[in-house]
Amino acid sequence: MGTGGEYNPKLLGIICNWCCYGGADLCGVSRLQYPPHIRLIRVMCSARVDLAHIFRAFLHGLDGVFVGGCHLNDCHYITNGNYNALGMVKICKKLLEHIGINSERLRLEWVSAGEGVRFANIMNEFAPGIQKLGPLGSSEGIDEKTLRFKLEAAAKLIPYIKLVERERLRTPRELRASSEPEKEYDKFFNSEETNRLFYDAIVSKLVISQVTSLLREGPLSTGEISEALGLSPSEVSRQLNISSRQGLVRYDAGLKRYVAA
Amino acid sequence: MAKELEMISEQILKGVPVGNFGDVMVVGGGISGIQAALDLGAAGFKVYLVEKSPTIGGHMAQLDKTFPTNDCSMCIESPKFNECSRHPNIEILTYTDLDGVEGKAGDFTVTILKKPRYIIEEKCTGCTTCVEYCPVTYPDRFNQEISKNKAVHIYFAQATPLVTYIDDSCLYLKEKKCRICSAVCKTGAIDFNQMAEKVEVKVGAIILAPGFKPFDAKLRDEFGYGRMENVVTSLDYERLLCATGPYGGEIRRASDGKHPRKIAWIQCIGSRQVLAGANSYCSAVCCTYTQKQVILTKDHDADAECTIFHNDIRSYGKDFERFYQRTANLSGVRFIRSYVSIGKEIPESKNVTIRYSTPDYGVKEEEFDMVVLSVGLTPPADFKDIAAKCGIELNSHGFCRTNPVNPMQTTRPGVFISGAFQGPVDIPESVVTASGAGSQCGELLSYRRWKLSKERIYPEERDVSREEPRVGVYVCHCGANIGRIVDVPSTVDYALSLPSVVHAEESLFICSTEAAQKLSKSIREKGLNRVVVAACTPRTHEPLFRDTLREAGINQYFYDMANIREHCSWVHSKEQEKATEKAKDIIRMSVARACRLEPLREYDLPVDKAALVVGGGVAGMTCALSIAKQGHQVHLVEREKELGGTARRIHYTLEGLDVQAFLGDLIGKVYRHPGIHVYTEATIFEVAGFVGNFTTRIKSRRGFSEIKHGAAVIATGAEEYKPSEYLFGEDERVMTQLALEEKIAEREQGTINSRSMVMIQCVGCRQEDRNYCARICCSHAVKNALKLKEINPEMDIRILFRDMRMYGFREDYYRGAAGRDVKFIRFAPEDKPRVEPVVEEGRPVLRVTVPDPVLGQRLALDADRVILSAAVVPSEGIKEIAGLFKVALGPDGFFQEAHVKLRPVDFGAEGVYLCGTAHYPKHISEAVSQAYGAAGRALTLLSHDTVAASGSVCEVDESRCVSCGACITVCSYGAIDFYRTPKGKKAVVNPVLCKGDGLCNTVCATSAISLKHYTDEEIFSQIDAVVPSMHAEAC
Repeated sequence: MGTGGEYNPKLLGIICNWCCYGGADLCGVSRLQYPPHIRLIRVMCSARVDLAHIFRAFLHGLDGVFVGGCHLNDCHYITNGNYNALGMVKICKKLLEHIGINSERLRLEWVSAGEGVRFANIMNEFAPGIQKLGPLGSSEGIDEKTLRFKLEAAAKLIPYIKLVERERLRTPRELRASSEPEKEYDKFFNSEETNRLFYDAIVSKLVISQVTSLLREGPLSTGEISEALGLSPSEVSRQLNISSRQGLVRYDAGLKRYVAA
Repeated sequence: MAKELEMISEQILKGVPVGNFGDVMVVGGGISGIQAALDLGAAGFKVYLVEKSPTIGGHMAQLDKTFPTNDCSMCIESPKFNECSRHPNIEILTYTDLDGVEGKAGDFTVTILKKPRYIIEEKCTGCTTCVEYCPVTYPDRFNQEISKNKAVHIYFAQATPLVTYIDDSCLYLKEKKCRICSAVCKTGAIDFNQMAEKVEVKVGAIILAPGFKPFDAKLRDEFGYGRMENVVTSLDYERLLCATGPYGGEIRRASDGKHPRKIAWIQCIGSRQVLAGANSYCSAVCCTYTQKQVILTKDHDADAECTIFHNDIRSYGKDFERFYQRTANLSGVRFIRSYVSIGKEIPESKNVTIRYSTPDYGVKEEEFDMVVLSVGLTPPADFKDIAAKCGIELNSHGFCRTNPVNPMQTTRPGVFISGAFQGPVDIPESVVTASGAGSQCGELLSYRRWKLSKERIYPEERDVSREEPRVGVYVCHCGANIGRIVDVPSTVDYALSLPSVVHAEESLFICSTEAAQKLSKSIREKGLNRVVVAACTPRTHEPLFRDTLREAGINQYFYDMANIREHCSWVHSKEQEKATEKAKDIIRMSVARACRLEPLREYDLPVDKAALVVGGGVAGMTCALSIAKQGHQVHLVEREKELGGTARRIHYTLEGLDVQAFLGDLIGKVYRHPGIHVYTEATIFEVAGFVGNFTTRIKSRRGFSEIKHGAAVIATGAEEYKPSEYLFGEDERVMTQLALEEKIAEREQGTINSRSMVMIQCVGCRQEDRNYCARICCSHAVKNALKLKEINPEMDIRILFRDMRMYGFREDYYRGAAGRDVKFIRFAPEDKPRVEPVVEEGRPVLRVTVPDPVLGQRLALDADRVILSAAVVPSEGIKEIAGLFKVALGPDGFFQEAHVKLRPVDFGAEGVYLCGTAHYPKHISEAVSQAYGAAGRALTLLSHDTVAASGSVCEVDESRCVSCGACITVCSYGAIDFYRTPKGKKAVVNPVLCKGDGLCNTVCATSAISLKHYTDEEIFSQIDAVVPSMHAEAC
């Protein structure tokens, strides 16, 4: 955050060596200009980018994260790992939205090593876009403490999310063979089925994880919890019921509040 | 007197050929010679690289950028200088002339003449103190004599070797006075007693790569060069554009130092003209280099007005057409097709006027601030001398006379050429022929491979596992590329303030040989165990610095590169402060990462000595033969029933070669060679493995085969476009050039007795859906037209064209065709010719109507045959091949090489090479060059027993592995498997199969598997360091 003057967003890019990094290099060689807010990290394949990396960045207060890979079916590796990056980003965006962070703060793009112009164009959109959104958290109406708490809760869940993704939320392989795989991925991740699964398997866990963290600091009522988490009271009581049954929390009749078990 | 005698005898003794044995001598240290030396050195031969000027580099070093990617020329060439000078099998002899060649192929005695540079190379550190004190200034040749340099100086900043030399303008050499340099030199490196030294070297083969000489614009006095201050040549302009140029990268006029705003380029200076002092051929590179200069001029000054006076625009190369469009679409850029003459120099402003004419406005005279003469390429200055000393023949233009189907073969066995000595060619062609000439030397000298060569020996690695991180940070100015934007000294200060950083310094060019040596020394002296170089992109420079670490006795993975050029100074050039801040952030992230890096070991993989060549056309067969002749088994896979490819339909070349005889001979050689295994009617259905160890499964006439091979060459060719235009397929009198050629070969009476014929160029290309020039069709049309004129001189032949792209010596045939009354009519793409069948005076004809640009009305041409110069298109199935071998296709659907300029026959995928029309349309001789080139490149791999695999592979922490198998499922390389342990089955990585992409890491729920060099800890450290305070916490 600038002192007084204009707001300069802090942005991180994690980009693959073979395509996007090459595109960023070519952008430089061609002397195409873009705003100086982004810091780039090189990985060999966009598939190496982990949910944990993205949450770590947001936990440090970075305002936007960019992931860059090869165009679909152009992956340097026969793993076609950029499809995995696509799936990971879709899930990450859902998580961000769920905890109240604008998912536009995370952007995935395909840039080939020959697309210096494309890289510049993307950078010239991304930085001003985030600038317009404003600083992470405060522009979403989340105070710093809550933001941290929510991000930490989500980050803690990452190993579990990986299991869910593997067991229940796996993107069907045949989507890759479609002529417009990205649209198919969109459809898949926005389908009712996926949303239901995401809700059942991940969101509930996320809420429970947040609730237990909150209760560790002191007893709270349903209303207080719902306010702290920005969730509807009915949603919160539903999750509290589940958690009580699992023995994670209990209702203290004396305090008329929930406490950590 | 006695002393002098002693000295002379010492000089003579030095020249005695004791130990002067090599395998190959490469004469000429430009990019072509450098590539030849590097390939041969890597393939196990001892190479002498002889260069007449004080440094290697050649003309490429003088260029600012290279088309069509506008890569910085020095940035891509200088790492190769370094590679050469560090190569244990390459001995560089600069400031040395070739004096004579005795002997025969396999056993040459070459006499070379080492000119006195008056500097003892071993003693000079390149500190340039002498340059500072030298009182004599004289015009700097590297900067085209636009700026001044000293009598003692270094040729250019990245010169290799990086030592000074003393020019003949030196006062002491002229008048025996001064010697200030001797007095100030701290190392005693100045030696005025040096004399020319004759040395004999025994080698088995010679590659001549003497390059070219830019046309001397003074020979065309009417253009005012040398008389008018603001008339410059294109090479002068190249230096003006360059950051290391006479005005530090500012374009200024000689007359007043002002920035020119209105600049004109005049094309074809010294080319395409049958005049005394000019050359008849086309110089092949000027159209595109001019476009590059226009783009760069607009980069320097967005308001510049650029005008190009040209004849045909010859954008015949890969991606050239788009480059031309990119230039033409810039604002303030005019392309004017007109012959021009210089009007006058205006005495007050020193502006220059140009007279030109256009069909719309007639003759005009216009004033320009600066005029650039796009000079052509001529034979090297001493071409006659070279020919006489080497005993080779020249062609009528003074270039080397070569075998018509082998542009690298001279008239003397064992003497090959590469680069522009074959005629005007661009950089990729120079590189291709260098690798190709190398392969042919290999064929000749295969029996002595690895006999004289040396292995690179590195000092033992220091064990630093118990040391705290001691990071050294080196920040590069890259001339002005970084230093002009980023405040380099402040980044150095900042680096020193970071935890664990014990040393930081700046460097003008950290990639220079001298700087790299200093770096290595400083690592040892300061006891560093981690190194960060803040400079350019790791994609080009990481290998160089890793090597430097090895030389300093440090594990090469203790290195990280902070890219503050491509990702900072170049993209934030208008925000110096913020760019400096960003550079500091990048350095901080790099340092944080460096602290966590671990030493890694590389694996030596065995190399299967066999090669697979896919495609049995001219390129594939030539390549297969060249590899087989060097003692390797070659599996040649062809889709069709017979070998030969498209050449089966070609009967003669423009130059008169009997293609069928050549092809028959080639096929015979392939079948007779015991090392070549031919598989026809073959389909590939699986390619597994990796560099050095591929397994390809095919089905062919021989049935199913599983082929094991270390390298693969893709030579799948291209196809003729099947037109949908101009009644093709509806009227049998409309045919393609290839069909016409077959009819001529058969002497089909109806065709050869036609009274009139119309040929239409650019059918199916240079248009939106196929936005490229198919390169060969103009020559194809002229070739067939000339052949028809030979058979039936009465035939009326008209060629309707957009630009006649008869580049190089092909121009002579174009002129020849015009001389034989073949008529050329230009049309515009907006108003294409129309073809309709009509009956004229009882004779059924095809009526072709086309607008006449001169008369402004439509011409109606009646023809018995209409010939379509159909585009060359990627071959069917190219996508499947690309998928199988995991190699890329370019925007036009042809294969995409690893680097347009310097790796033209390599793929990004290791161990896979490319040649022939699968790369881009090309003539037979060009396909042959590439075929030898690919063979030469393949040999740099196949001649080794092992190839080193990266140390950056995955590893499993067994204690965390829960045996879920997620990693095994996603690894398409099959690099991970379960194995039994006392604690149950656990995943384990086969490091040889692991490609280091790291996908498995992100699916592992327990973080048990991690990619070395890209571990979570390393990546987190970088993320943490994005924000300064976090870094402080972390360290």
